[in-house]
Amino acid sequence: MSKTGHIVRSFDDDLQELRNAIIEMGGLAEAQLTNAIRALTDRDSRLAEETITADAIVDKMEQDIDALAIRMLALRNPVADDLRLVISALKISSLLERVADYAANLAKRVIALNMVPIIRPVSALPRMADLVRHMIDDILTAFAQEDVDLAFDVWRRDKEVDLLYDSMFRELLTYMMEDPRSITSCTHLIFMAKNIERIGDHMTNIAEMIIYQITGQAPLGKRPKGDNTSMTMIDSQLSGQPKE
Amino acid sequence: MQMIAEITNQEMLENNVVISAEEVSVFYSDKQALNSVSLDIPENQITSLIGPSGCGKSTFLRCLNRMNDTVEGCRVEGLITLEGQDIYAPSVDEVLLRAKVGMVFQKPNPFPKSIYENVAYGPRIHGLARNKDELDDIVLTSLEKAGLLNEVRDRLNSTGTSLSGGQQQRLCIARALAVQPDIILMDEPCSALDPIATAKVEELIEELRINYTIIIVTHSMQQAARISQKTAFFHLGEIVEVGDTEQLFTSPSDSRTQGYITGRFG
Repeated sequence: MSKTGHIVRSFDDDLQELRNAIIEMGGLAEAQLTNAIRALTDRDSRLAEETITADAIVDKMEQDIDALAIRMLALRNPVADDLRLVISALKISSLLERVADYAANLAKRVIALNMVPIIRPVSALPRMADLVRHMIDDILTAFAQEDVDLAFDVWRRDKEVDLLYDSMFRELLTYMMEDPRSITSCTHLIFMAKNIERIGDHMTNIAEMIIYQITGQAPLGKRPKGDNTSMTMIDSQLSGQPKE
Repeated sequence: MQMIAEITNQEMLENNVVISAEEVSVFYSDKQALNSVSLDIPENQITSLIGPSGCGKSTFLRCLNRMNDTVEGCRVEGLITLEGQDIYAPSVDEVLLRAKVGMVFQKPNPFPKSIYENVAYGPRIHGLARNKDELDDIVLTSLEKAGLLNEVRDRLNSTGTSLSGGQQQRLCIARALAVQPDIILMDEPCSALDPIATAKVEELIEELRINYTIIIVTHSMQQAARISQKTAFFHLGEIVEVGDTEQLFTSPSDSRTQGYITGRFG
């Protein structure tokens, strides 16, 4: 937060409005994820329906933030840290909108899953979601308090989500091989896990925006990653391959 | 992620320094207006000087062609070199210096003479033309370079003051160009102009950069951001920060610069 106010006080009001809108939108996106996961664990299709409907509210908030940011760019000609805040708000709002989309997609798949008997690996999803929810929570705190260290912390933490996704992916593959009747459910679960993993990725993107906004520089170096599923093979396939 | 703050300093490094100020201090009687200012002006670039009123940016600009010599009680200390030569050395002819380092002022100030005479005056007193044809040539070329020729071609004998404000300012630029300067100093050249006339002058300044080195004092942050490659922020007679314009307006390194350009000063 800026130490001194602008000479034009309404400029400060606009900046504060922008900050508040991002925090509110982030809170809503987080709630969407929470509800989608609760709908899964409680097998509550109605809550899932509500979550899908509520996505429109998040979309509207993104539009409002865009409009406010564009107005500020046009009328206030922000520079330096003000410019960086407006630009990062524009980007963060579109990332949060994607987060809410993933939550809505989770909710849709919950409705599908609720039509068939429950399967065991479902329990790993809420654990992953918990990790990601903490990331959302911390990233919003980092944004509100302009806390670079906390933003960096979230940036690095995505690796844990990736690792969990990786192990869940393997578990689901094995599960499908053991019981082909579970393929439909497991496929939904793989997509759901991927959705949550993507939300984690978006948190690192937001962390980068916040770090840029505060310091004027994007974080250097590669972000730690743990998702190796694009290379994952099942053991039986590996052993079936011709030897060199 | 590609960030706007990540810009290269390469262009700046490759350019020659054409004017160099080293620890320049200026006093008006016993009042100090500039305190040990050092700044290198790169060739064929636009350098803007920004800062609140009374910060010393115009004083600094006026040191570069010794316009302060005419101010009573003004004393300049330190070293200012133009292409390596001390411009305050006793041997320097300040009239020639001012031909090499031209100046455009805040308010367009054409002479109460014809458009032609406004431009022809300088080359004539400096003996740059041997005959009428050569003088005509200089006048037309200068008006052309200043982007004014098409608008005044048919009325070169009308008075300069009959032109619009923006045209008058471009006439003053043509007048400065006519004596073949290397450097053009501009002291808030657009502050008396409307946005369209300002845009035309800014467009002209950008074109002139190819052949001239330009130093501009401006109160408009947007103007500095739009046209200059290098920006120096003056405050209380000192340079607080100098750097690539893009860097300075996206991620200034000094909190005073940040405060000034974002409008939090005071």
